[in-house]
Order: sequence, then structure tokens, then C-alpha cells
Amino acid sequence: MNSNPDLLTSLAGSIRSVLSPLIGNPDGVDMAMYGVGLLAVITLIFTNAVILVWGERKVAGFMQSRYGPNRLGPWGLFQSIADVLKLMSKEDYRPKLVDKWVWALAPIIMFAPAVAAYAVLPFGKDLVPVDLNIGIFYFIAVSSITTIPLLMAGWGSNNKYSLIGGMRAVAQMVSYEIPLVFSMLGAIMLVGSLKMSSIVEAQSHIWFVFLQPVAFLVYVIAATAETNRAPFDLVEGESEIVAGPLTEYSGMRWAMFFLGEYANLLAVSAIASAVFLGGWQPLPLPGALGDMMHAIPGWIWFALKTYIMIFVFMWFRWTFPRFRVDQLMGFGWKVLLPLSLANILVTGVGIFLYRVAIGG
Amino acid sequence: MQTQTYELNMGPQHPSTHGVLRIILELDGEVVVKATPVIGYLHRGIEKICEGKTYGQTIPFTDRMDYMHSMNNNLGLCQAVEKLMGLEVPERAEYIRVIMAELSRIASHMIYAGALVNDLGGVTGFVFLIRDRERILELFNKACGARMTFNYIRIGGVQQDVPEGWVEECRRFVDDFPEMMHTYNGLIMGNEIFQARMKDIAILPPDRAVAMAASGGVLRASGVNYDVRKDDPYGIYDRFDFDVPLGTKGDNWDRFIVRMQEMEQSIRIIDQALKQMPEGPVMAKVPKVIKPPVGEVYHHVENSKGDLGYYVVSDGGMKPYRWHARRPAMVNLQLLDELCRGYKIADVVAILGTLDPVLGEVDC
Repeated sequence: MNSNPDLLTSLAGSIRSVLSPLIGNPDGVDMAMYGVGLLAVITLIFTNAVILVWGERKVAGFMQSRYGPNRLGPWGLFQSIADVLKLMSKEDYRPKLVDKWVWALAPIIMFAPAVAAYAVLPFGKDLVPVDLNIGIFYFIAVSSITTIPLLMAGWGSNNKYSLIGGMRAVAQMVSYEIPLVFSMLGAIMLVGSLKMSSIVEAQSHIWFVFLQPVAFLVYVIAATAETNRAPFDLVEGESEIVAGPLTEYSGMRWAMFFLGEYANLLAVSAIASAVFLGGWQPLPLPGALGDMMHAIPGWIWFALKTYIMIFVFMWFRWTFPRFRVDQLMGFGWKVLLPLSLANILVTGVGIFLYRVAIGG
Repeated sequence: MQTQTYELNMGPQHPSTHGVLRIILELDGEVVVKATPVIGYLHRGIEKICEGKTYGQTIPFTDRMDYMHSMNNNLGLCQAVEKLMGLEVPERAEYIRVIMAELSRIASHMIYAGALVNDLGGVTGFVFLIRDRERILELFNKACGARMTFNYIRIGGVQQDVPEGWVEECRRFVDDFPEMMHTYNGLIMGNEIFQARMKDIAILPPDRAVAMAASGGVLRASGVNYDVRKDDPYGIYDRFDFDVPLGTKGDNWDRFIVRMQEMEQSIRIIDQALKQMPEGPVMAKVPKVIKPPVGEVYHHVENSKGDLGYYVVSDGGMKPYRWHARRPAMVNLQLLDELCRGYKIADVVAILGTLDPVLGEVDC
């Protein structure tokens, strides 16, 4: 393992060394460092959303044999900045008959858990904002809150399309949460810890995607459903229910949902790369090649894997048509759930046999 | 638990009602109890307007009925008036008419398939179909200077001969078509989700299809072999060798696949027509002022939506006494309620898509 501190960890170290004489009390310095981490995470979410909006349109263009945005800046990179400016300058319109508080709170609540979930993402070695010993459990718990703002938006909008969308959101996200969690259980059983950094470190020799291929598959499908992206975008289902819960939102309120969605997309991709693709671990190559891989900082590996996962999710979106609501539920409960349960069983038996083999 | 149904107003402004159709859905949760189409938002009174126009002036109005398959609309009306006048159309014009009508049919079916895939959430399939349709529109543009509303087929022939190099370009399109079809087969028809969404949904039994006077792809998907081009050949359609694709079940999938196969048959017709097309004039000797003899005529052609009929009554003057169109999209749309009952909201847009209404024609 390369133990040299890379750019980001040394940056964090220098911030800490600047802060500690100023504050004095070590606990206070820790608190201040959390603040720095929070700031970094929010910056990441915003920049990432801007990049992903652009990236999604570029990927769509690539899939559909057209250019995508190409007017503003190099390769149209500033297109999403123009979009953000447009969204901010739009009128903050509130329909007359909405449930004022529920309707107004929903976008904020959508955004908050997305930020909170980032606390445990292992961006690199020693680069986990808060390395909880129940990290992955915390992530699941926090990210499942996303269901509630969608229901709030659906209910508060006083619009039938919104209500249908909100109901679909609850049904879908609750159903797919279970296979999502179960698919990760296999990996957790192999590690024996819920701590994010231990899960990543356990993959230094072999990534869990090779030990748990079925779980990875289930995870990717369930995560697509969990982020409400095609082919599971029933919640928004543009051609059926207009925009689902988002129908009555415009301007920055709508953008908050969007931001939350892209933040969630990044989060599930990050978890996929942490739990199944070895997180910050470089490609396990033998010999000199392996040393070269180790020279690349961990957070670059992590970002690379995460963005590859995001590309896969975008690929899905621009290839598949949408499921119908009964097919979606049937697939979740009759296929994914038994599959993930079977995976847990097989993993358990495997671990038992392995122990017996080692013991004997 | 006591539950109650509720009404959902779908349209006239809705992403997938193909224009300005309004459907009042009575829903039990997500399940449709009753679907009432409300039409008329695009009603322009074309039939009445046409009574005040000369015969030649009514042709552009047919462009604006089924704006996806305008060439055939022109053709139907012109042939009706020609029938009334007893006019002979030059050979070359007949061939150009057939080529245009069939190209237009392909373009229309491409929009149909694209819109349907888009309604099911597969945007990329839509873009691929639109991209290929662009080549047909380009051909039309070269022939008559318009991409959508052509006014190209005139009483007695066509407006002008196709320009130099047009036939070769059309030939290239015909040659490239199998490859396009291959793309659609992979991206759209081969997709498991698409098949799951389409198969066994909204089955229309043949007797109901006939009873509701359905025509075109909707009727043939139920297995009823009726195609005006075969059963009551007009123009020179009896000279071409082509099949009429039939469905077996009458579900959404059949209604989709029948039209995809029809595109292949249209390519066959164009292929033969390009080979046989003679040189010569494209316009018959038609008097400056068209005054058909007193009488009435009904003439029907196979539109991409179905059996398109024109009923024209002449009182011997410059203007038609009565001008009526039997619009297949309008007739087919009446099936919506029957097909939607018991299916989900998501199926409504799929069923609507397979019925393929064009609101310009439904409302007329």
C-alpha cells in the first residue's frame, strides 16, 4: 500500500495545522474540520450536479448520434452554468391551491439527506468525512429519507398527476430499498464490518464485484430504481404523468429536486465503487504496472470508478424504455428480492466452507 | 376498505396525447375504469371551408388533415376528382404518385413508431427514427420544396417532375433501408422491456375491430386481411407485388409490428416503381378551370392510418357542392375507451400510440 499522503489528505492536514493554534482545544479543531468537510461536500455536490447535467446531455447526444450542447464554452461546458443562471432568474411561482408548508419544504428535505449521506463516502484513504463504524448502515438510513420529500411534493402540490407520482415514488423506493440493502449484505458479511474504510480496505487483493457478481447486478438495478432513473423513472414518467411530483415546481425549487437527484446518483455510484469496485484501491495489477497504478492518488481512482458507474446509469437511461408499475413491483419483489436473499445464503455457506477449509 | 374512483384530465396539453387530444380518465388507483376521448380542439371546419374553394384549392387542406401522411391525402382527393371528370393520368405521374405515397407512408410509420417508443420512455429510439425520416423529408423537399405540407399531387398528375438525381437518391434510401430496420430491430423491437410493455396488452378481437369500422394497421393487427391497395386497387397499385402483413392476436405488439412490416412492403413497392418508371409528361391536359360534370363520387385510398375516403359532390360549378372525408384516425380513435378499460395509465399512452391518431385528421 502506498502510504505517501496525497494532495487532498495533505491539504486537510495543512488546514488542520493552521486551525489548531487558532482554536487550541483539540475537540474544537475536530468540529472545525467537520465544517471544512461539510463545505467540501456541498461544493462537490454543486459542481458535480453542474458537470452531470452537462455530462448527461453529452452522453445523450453521443447515444443518439448528435452533438449535445456545443455552443457555450469548450464542448459546451458552460451550458449548465447558463442553465443554472436561467433557473435562478425564474419567477418563484407558487400555485394558489398548494399546501403551502408541505409544498415549500419538500425540495429542501430532498436536498438535505443527499448532503448528509455524503458524510460517510470514502473518497480516499483517510479521506472519509466521518468514518462511522456503522457507515454503510448510516448511508442506507439517511438516503432512504428521499422517499418522504417526493411524497410530500406529490401530496402538497394538490395535483392528481403529482399525487400519482408521489404514490409511485413511495411504492417503488420502499420496494427497491430492500434488495438494495440485501445486495450489500453479502459484501458486508465478507468484511465483517459496516465501516466504510474497512470495506474498501478488505478489497485490496480482489474487488467484491468478482466475489459477489450477482449482488453487484442486483445493486445496480436497485440503485437505478432508487434514484428514479430510466428504466425505473415511473415517478416522473414524463409521457404518462407529466412530471409526477415535480409538476407544480419551477425555477430554483425544481432545481433543488434536480440537485438532490444528481447528488443521489453520485452517492449510489460512489457506494457501488466503494463496496464492489474497490473504492480508492487501484487496479490490482502485478509487478511494475501495479506500482504505477499505486502512484495514482486514491481519490482519483475513486472518482474514476464513480464516474464510470454514472456513465453506466446514463447509458441505461438513454437505452431502455420505461417499466409499467405492476411490472416494476413484480420485478422487485419476485426477482430481485429472492435473488439477493439467495446471494446472502450462498455467501454465508461459502464463508462457512472457507472457514472449515482453513480450520481443517 | 372503501375506495372510490377519481377523474384525471389527460390533455389537451399533455406530453403524449399526440397533439391536442383530451382524454377524461376515470381511474381506480392506476387502473382505468373509463376513458372518454374529447376531440375538437383542432377543428377547423375543413369540410365546410372546402365547399367555398375551387377543386384545386382544396388540395392544400388535405395536407393539413393527416399531416404525417399528406401525400396520400392529396392522392385520394385528386383521384376522386379525376374519377368524377373521367381524367386519364400520364404513366410517369402515376409512378411518381405511388413512390411519393409509399415514401410518405414510411415517414408516417416512422413517426408512429418513434412517438410510441418515446411514450414508453425510450427517447433514443425516437431520435433514431426521426433521423432516418429526415432523409425522406429531404427527398420531398427536393421534389416539391416542402417538408410537410406538400400540395404536390394535383388533379391530373403531379405539380412537377422530380429533379435530376432524385431517383438515384431515392434508390440509395431504398438500399439503406434494411440497415435502418436492423437498427430498430436491435434497439426497439429486441428490447425485453418494450416487448413486456406491448405484448398481450389491449387485445382487439377481429369481430370487434370490424364492428367498430377500424381500418389500417389496427384492423390488420387483429388478423383481418383488408388493405385498399389490394382489395380495391386504385391508381396502378395492381401492378406491384407486395404482401399485406397481418397480426395474429390484435394486441399492442401486433399493432406495432404490423406497421413495421408495412414499411418493408412499402420499400418493396418503391423498389419496383423505381425500376418500372417510364419517361414522359407528368401532367394530363386539364382545363384551366376545373368544372366536373354533375354527379357524386366516393373514392378511397389506403392511408397510413387506415381507409381514407373522399366523398365529393359536384353541381357542375367551379366549387364542390359537398366535400367530405372519411378519416380513419377518427374512426380508429373510437376504440380507445374499449381498449383502455382495465389497463394502467401507462398503458393508455401505449394504446393511444398504437391507434396512431393524428389530431389534424381526427378533428379535421
